[in-house]
Amino acid sequence: MIALIYLAAGVCFVLSLGGLSAPSSARRGNQLGVLGMALALAAAVVGLVLDGQVDTGSLGVAAVALVAGGAIGSVLASRVQMTSMPELVAVLHSFVGAGAVLVGLAGFLAHPVGDLDLARVVHLVECFLGVIIGSLTFTGSIVAFGKLKELIRSKALVFPFRHGVNLILLLATLALGGWFVATQAALPLYLALVLFGLLGVLLVMGIGGADMPVVVSMLNSYSGWAASATGFLLANDLLIIVGALVGSSGAILSYIMCKAMNRSFVSVILGGFGAEASGPDERAEALSAKGVNRAGPEDVAELLLGARSVVMVPGYGMAVAQAQHSVRELTELLQKKGTTVRFAIHPVAGRLPGHMNVLLAEANVPYPIVFEMDEINADMVDTDVVLVLGANDIVNPDALENPKSALAGMPVLEVWRAQTVVAIKRSLNPGFAGIDNPLYYKDNTLMLFGDARKMVESLVAAVKGGAHH
Amino acid sequence: MEPQPDFVSQLTVFVLACFVGYQVVWKVTPALHTPLMSVTNAISGIIVVGALLTLGDSWSSPATLLSAVAIFVASINVAGGFLVTHRMLGMFRKK
Repeated sequence: MIALIYLAAGVCFVLSLGGLSAPSSARRGNQLGVLGMALALAAAVVGLVLDGQVDTGSLGVAAVALVAGGAIGSVLASRVQMTSMPELVAVLHSFVGAGAVLVGLAGFLAHPVGDLDLARVVHLVECFLGVIIGSLTFTGSIVAFGKLKELIRSKALVFPFRHGVNLILLLATLALGGWFVATQAALPLYLALVLFGLLGVLLVMGIGGADMPVVVSMLNSYSGWAASATGFLLANDLLIIVGALVGSSGAILSYIMCKAMNRSFVSVILGGFGAEASGPDERAEALSAKGVNRAGPEDVAELLLGARSVVMVPGYGMAVAQAQHSVRELTELLQKKGTTVRFAIHPVAGRLPGHMNVLLAEANVPYPIVFEMDEINADMVDTDVVLVLGANDIVNPDALENPKSALAGMPVLEVWRAQTVVAIKRSLNPGFAGIDNPLYYKDNTLMLFGDARKMVESLVAAVKGGAHH
Repeated sequence: MEPQPDFVSQLTVFVLACFVGYQVVWKVTPALHTPLMSVTNAISGIIVVGALLTLGDSWSSPATLLSAVAIFVASINVAGGFLVTHRMLGMFRKK
């Protein structure tokens, strides 16, 4: 009976992910997820009570933990700013990791010794895997959180022989695994927990800020595999199923993010990208000698008023400046004047897959005017004005035109094909990857220097005033 | 040595669930990738069920204490994940 309820819960979880195929069905999906969780919890508690193995005291402790955790989670979720979603997601991944470690340890301590037959070996391996994957997820997510919150500098940490050090940590952990299974001693399990945790720290420290969407997706995936390992350990099919769903979800997101950067997953994981800034080359000097076309908010407002179609390209800079609300205001003003305004989203814009879509939704930009890169790139040619809002590498023409560029082959938003491009940017400093962007030097590009939010606010004021003439 | 039947059936469940996940997640629209992450955060809080299963036979046993901490962190995930997903999805409007 309990197994059947678990099955129903599993079905609910699959449907909850399925609901996310469209915004209209997504809310129902989330509700099904809640239902699935409620069913699973109820079944587990009923199972425990019927089983009679657990005393009332333990159940009481569990109830207190459940209520306290639920309360803290609710407060976190209701207070978080949408710009801070990457940090929240990273913290939640770390909790899954910690949970897997704790359950793995508890599972071992409940039966610390047994006859070393095949079933026991399988059990010990499952326990070991749950603990080490959980540990890596935990520490990696904590470091990712630190980087996103800018408590730790977001640049990749590069030191000599770091691949060697990582490899040694991996091999040592495997050796400890052998020791653990052979002797059933707790010490190698604890040591492996520490070593793999250290590996998690080093791996994420070695990955630069621009690769954060991949890191967060990867940790999402690991948190799933950790849950699955726990499911194997406890012989619980529901945990195995949920872990597999989450694990494959994170893996697919990582794949999509890597593809959007034209990087291999291995090269992202090995890290170091964006650590060394390239020295000035001849072309960069020629470009800076040529100079850029500067413009003021009034010039740009004039241009926007004359345009029939406008495309906005938001990047991480828009999130940092909290400019999304002013952007929505500008959008509405232009729409009232009969201008077609659309948004173009690059898959790796921001620090989290889909981050820009959430920020725009929060600012009340309706989702039918928000387009994915592949949907809108072909329309750039027919666009009068493209407004680049704090984006950099994702609009770099070098990705297509310069095979020597570090970005070569990365699919980008081809904004330069529009009649005019206006880039709002604080300065000409290159982005995370330390790569110069020739877009800013093109003849049809205007540079509007300043904070994204202030500049968009001035654009709103200038458009309202019908620009300066 | 013959593999354990239990393990094989669990492996079957695992592999099939991976395929289901693969099929379902590819259909998720890229615009909802952030809610996808937060809802997977929430459902990976299912580890709370695992933690309930490892509760010990007395409230002060190490297994119970470890499990209680696991229940605590996993419930943060469950509540936080579902609630923040709900908040985000409420923001996606057609008009």
